[in-house]
Amino acid sequence: MSRAPLRLDSDDFELFGLPRQFAQGAELIDRRRRELLAEVHPDRFASAGGAAQRLASQWASRVNEAHRRLKDPIQRAMQLCLLGGVPVDTERNTAMPAAFLTEQMQWHEALDEAQDDASLNPLAIEVKAAEQKRLAQLQDLLDAQGDLAAAAQAIRALLFVRRIAEHIAQKQRAVAEQRQ
Amino acid sequence: MALLQISEPGQTADPHQRRVAVGIDLGTTHSLVAAVRHGVAECLPDAAGQVILPSVVRYLQDGKRLIGTAALADAAHDARNTVVSVKRFMGRSVSDVAQASKLPYEWVDAPGMLKLRTVAGDKSPVEVSAEILAVLRQRAEDSFDDELFGAVITVPAYFDDAQRQATKDAAQLARINVLRLISEPTAAAIAYGLEHGSEGLYAVYDLGGGTFDFSLLQLSAGVFEVIATGGDSALGGDDFDALLAEHALAKAGAQALSPQDRRAVLVAARAAKEKLSAADHAILACPLGNAEVAVPLQRSELESLVEPLIRRSMQAVGRVLSDARVTAADVQGVVMVGGSTRMPAVVAAVEKLFGRAPLTDLNPDEVVALGAAIQAHALAGNAGAQDLLLLDVIPLSLGLETMGGLVEHVIPRNSSIPTARAQDFTTFKDGQTAIAIHVVQGERDLVAHCRSLARFELRGIPPMVAGAARVRVNFQVDADGLLAVDAQELTSGVAASVTVKPSYGLADDDIARMLNDSFTAAETDMAERARREAQVDAERLLLATQAALDADGDLLTQAQRAEVARLMATVVERLADAQTADAHAIVEAAEQLAKGTELLAAERMNRGIAQALTGRRIDDI
Repeated sequence: MSRAPLRLDSDDFELFGLPRQFAQGAELIDRRRRELLAEVHPDRFASAGGAAQRLASQWASRVNEAHRRLKDPIQRAMQLCLLGGVPVDTERNTAMPAAFLTEQMQWHEALDEAQDDASLNPLAIEVKAAEQKRLAQLQDLLDAQGDLAAAAQAIRALLFVRRIAEHIAQKQRAVAEQRQ
Repeated sequence: MALLQISEPGQTADPHQRRVAVGIDLGTTHSLVAAVRHGVAECLPDAAGQVILPSVVRYLQDGKRLIGTAALADAAHDARNTVVSVKRFMGRSVSDVAQASKLPYEWVDAPGMLKLRTVAGDKSPVEVSAEILAVLRQRAEDSFDDELFGAVITVPAYFDDAQRQATKDAAQLARINVLRLISEPTAAAIAYGLEHGSEGLYAVYDLGGGTFDFSLLQLSAGVFEVIATGGDSALGGDDFDALLAEHALAKAGAQALSPQDRRAVLVAARAAKEKLSAADHAILACPLGNAEVAVPLQRSELESLVEPLIRRSMQAVGRVLSDARVTAADVQGVVMVGGSTRMPAVVAAVEKLFGRAPLTDLNPDEVVALGAAIQAHALAGNAGAQDLLLLDVIPLSLGLETMGGLVEHVIPRNSSIPTARAQDFTTFKDGQTAIAIHVVQGERDLVAHCRSLARFELRGIPPMVAGAARVRVNFQVDADGLLAVDAQELTSGVAASVTVKPSYGLADDDIARMLNDSFTAAETDMAERARREAQVDAERLLLATQAALDADGDLLTQAQRAEVARLMATVVERLADAQTADAHAIVEAAEQLAKGTELLAAERMNRGIAQALTGRRIDDI
């Protein structure tokens, strides 16, 4: 495979030699990371002196960070929006549809009340399913429709869904620890 | 000094020239040094043929110290001045040390890291570790009759930033060039050559003297990657010994009150434990005060005593598996590391969980040093070892303190390293001109439950309303897992930044002072050593100069050649005098020769470049 020389400021997709789209194979992303690190890891320059080590370290960090962003679907989508000129801007843009907020409130109430696996596990499954559905919608918005503004809104919603999923997982761990 | 050697970046100066690179397992109970010789990794023995160096340092009144077996023999009767298991104190304060009051030391709670009060003064764990490392370095240099190029030193995967920094500081103090810190389980997997095996998931169960590590390694396309790591930094064979000792004392109705008695009963307990790995019965015998105790023990007694400890290790295994979202059945091989894995009960527990017999072919005490040696060999650029690449993760999350004593995690644990990440923060009050940055490490949400790594202030922020300032904090973790943090305020354009070293690490001044201390403590040793080093360097320079003259002597005029010959003769003369002359005289003559050949070196480099260009042009045609 031949490609243009890489630069530290190449975007994540260019760096990994991937098409600029949401749908990606996880194994390919992992493989590309290993191929790149095999070239730029500081250990490859162990006897080449401080300057080469520092440059290699910078490159390897860049590769690891790109890998992290590409592997996570939400981060990957945020990168696509950013590259398309529509930053997701999670801090200022917090307006969400009423139906979404109602669903969130119901989940939070259910989480507060759930004290054991019997009530936590179904909630976890429900939230996970909602996340999967939203990710499929996100893929459609980005890859088929190219509607970045709608995709940005979908990403903001997904961040809320992910946060509640994390809270549920935390409580599940706490319950498991108590049992022990 | 090697002025005549011209090399491409990343290449060894001469492919036939071997660099002496070793792997060092700086262990809690014992330490080893290994190297690849004739293509095979092997542990290097001392003059008496022992490969294991007990990690014990005894300080004596006259400023001298005993290291290793000699010190171990004295542990019982001079417990206070005989430091064992110093690795447990690396980068720790007194309050971090479990059951500090039960240990026979006089603690000094120095800022950052504890110290131990000995007859030779207060010693930090870094200084004690450096003594051990220096012995291993000497052993390696004696084995190869050559200077050490560098070493790979292993640390428990669980070691946090402060502990890794302390290990690097100790190496610097022992004047060892650290090629890389790698985690012990990773080294063990390399020793077993797992990178040549089938792709997939491997586990390393490492129950050493003082620490327990469990790591999951993913192998694919010849790249080794630590995907998750965990364990218990306060669980190991020492704890088994302590339990057995307590049990035996209770059985005998005896008590160990003095430091000597406590040490003696622990040593006896360790011996009994080791016997019980092979036999069903053993007798724990040791002198206690004026009496002698001898307690008969059954293997089943030991096994029921340590069962809670083994269970604790298996719980940690469960946490790592669940963190990595895999099950025991996904693991296709388990490597056993550490002397404590010789206990049949430990092997049985591991076999039960994973449903397969673990790998136990290599000596569990040596396996880590062997793997480190293989990695050192590769990093030193020696032939035949280029394909091995290790990718590592950080064991604990790194973060910052935010309002209310909460932790904002910036780099989560098990992130691949090296890595760099930035997080933006803002001011809390109107007109706030400074921001306090507190870097912590740990998984908990409260600062109080995490380890403090560093504190610094970013000052000179122009007054703004609360929330308007943008303070970007950058975290950088290098391939050794060591952290650097800096911060700057973005909106004002008046960027201020500061880089910190973890507060548990030693400032360079401290290192310099300690180096000085060690020089004065062993002045005669150092003089001898300096002379030997100067000799070796001068001999090398002579050889290199002669080789350069033979190859490119025509670049010099006759007069210039005569001058070089005169300078060489002076060096030879000083070397012949080596028994009486001091290092200084040799170094001085060598420096004169080096200076006198600068012109030759420059001319040779020009000729080399010209040849390389010609070569390329021919290639292009």
